[in-house]
Amino acid sequence: MSVPTTILPSRLVRGSREWGAWKRALPKLTPLLLAAPLLAYMVVFYAVPVVLMLLRSLNDPNWSLDHYVGLPGDTVFLRTFWITLSTSFVVTLSTLVLGYPVALALSRARSSAPLILILILLPLWTSVLVRSYAWMVLLGRHGLINEALLALGLLERPTRLLNTTLATEIAMTHILLPYMILPIANALRQVDPSLARAAAGLGATPWGIFRQVILPQSMPGVAAGVLLVFVLALGSYITPALVGDSREITLSMLIAQQVDQLNWAYAASLSAVLLATALGLIAVAQRLPGVGNAFRMNLR
Amino acid sequence: MSAPRFLLTRLLARTVVGSILLFLAFPIAVVFVVSFSSANYLTFPPPAFGLKWYVAYFGNADWLGPTWLSIFVAASVVLLSTTLGTLAAIGIPRLPGPLRVVASGLILSPLIVPVILVAIGIYYTFSRYGLIGTPIAIVLAHTCLAVPFVMTSVSASLAGIDSRLEQAALSLGATPVSTFWQVTVPLIRPGVLVGALFAFITSFDEVVVSLFLSGSGAITLPRRMWDDLQFQIDPTIAAVSTLMVVLTALLLASAHLLRKRTERLRTM
Repeated sequence: MSVPTTILPSRLVRGSREWGAWKRALPKLTPLLLAAPLLAYMVVFYAVPVVLMLLRSLNDPNWSLDHYVGLPGDTVFLRTFWITLSTSFVVTLSTLVLGYPVALALSRARSSAPLILILILLPLWTSVLVRSYAWMVLLGRHGLINEALLALGLLERPTRLLNTTLATEIAMTHILLPYMILPIANALRQVDPSLARAAAGLGATPWGIFRQVILPQSMPGVAAGVLLVFVLALGSYITPALVGDSREITLSMLIAQQVDQLNWAYAASLSAVLLATALGLIAVAQRLPGVGNAFRMNLR
Repeated sequence: MSAPRFLLTRLLARTVVGSILLFLAFPIAVVFVVSFSSANYLTFPPPAFGLKWYVAYFGNADWLGPTWLSIFVAASVVLLSTTLGTLAAIGIPRLPGPLRVVASGLILSPLIVPVILVAIGIYYTFSRYGLIGTPIAIVLAHTCLAVPFVMTSVSASLAGIDSRLEQAALSLGATPVSTFWQVTVPLIRPGVLVGALFAFITSFDEVVVSLFLSGSGAITLPRRMWDDLQFQIDPTIAAVSTLMVVLTALLLASAHLLRKRTERLRTM
């Protein structure tokens, strides 16, 4: 039913024909009325500001693609983009290697499951700043790791661990590990245990069961975890700024620097590249079978 | 496979998983220990223990001011994001297909859009209206980041509602409005509260947006910590961090209890 739009307010009285039309249209309008305040809020305070900022890359000083044409030959951009991609790749790989065994343990644990879950969720919800600070304490010149290596006689004098790319990779692996574990554990929980029993009954070894039954069925969770960690690592800013090498900055840090120097057009074009990379990866991954569902996992 | 070999594999698996979990927990545990250090500089293990850094924190207006501001901002974010998010979570599943996809995409997108973009986008627009350095700017921006958590939490509890309860109320003569207030709202209340808790944590811990929006007039606690970390790593930050972790743990525990309550309501 269409909503009558031409009625005069004075005629909208209880019992009139127009009132009846409104009353019948209202249930159809209610969902929109409920969603409208938040949608308006997100458009005004989020979508429009971000789009206006991104537009600076196209209309500053006049409409052109100049700010993008220069990027492929821009060594600062290329180096930063490469560092961002390679760091994200290393972090994704290490969270996968460390996360899979924990996800497997979590999906099988009974009495110890709450403890494992607390050990995953508490770091997840702890401020990124606190976790980065923790790594500054551990990796510093007089930090725990240097002191331990000295005490064990493995080092003669403290070595530089903090403010290196390795420090960024270690700290970000720690910070993003929960995002890898949770979707994989989610996928593993959905594997029908009778399949593993059937395989065992048919003479499969434990390794054979894992490789041929469990691993293939957990792949949507793995894909979701890889995607989530990679996309979050791409946008990392706080951790590399605090523990990383100040000469090897990430794209987010370069964007922040350019904003500080009021180079809005350049910052906007870098932002567009960052956003396009993240959204492009998600668009590709959503087409993989099963990933769409696994991606809608609970972040808590 | 022989029994000893099986046991060995099991032991190995437990050691591997145990050490990865240690890797997750250890850095935070170290911050806890450092916060009780008596030393004037960062050293581990501490020479002796004391509450020196907690005294330093609670006795310093430069720390307490930002703390109160962060609490005020997070509380405002909770009010705004929970109200808007709950209404939208009820409305959006009933929207027509294409509109529903666009609406939920817009509302959930802050989860994946790099936060630096949100920060500088809002900074770019708000600076034209002189909003930089005001708590309002930070509240408005943090609400965008918190809303996805409210949406997912409320949507999950709405999806779990047995629709027969609502139908029963309607068939017994309740109006749709009173059915909503007397049946639906009590059933989703735990989900709403969980969403509110996550909105609080999201705002309270947020750094990047605050870096751009707090200017010199609205320094939040994470912004204050960030400024400190640029110059020194004195153990006051360890004390602040420990308090933040304890607060997060308390909020997570409340969320867990609320979720248990939701499950009980579902089976009623």
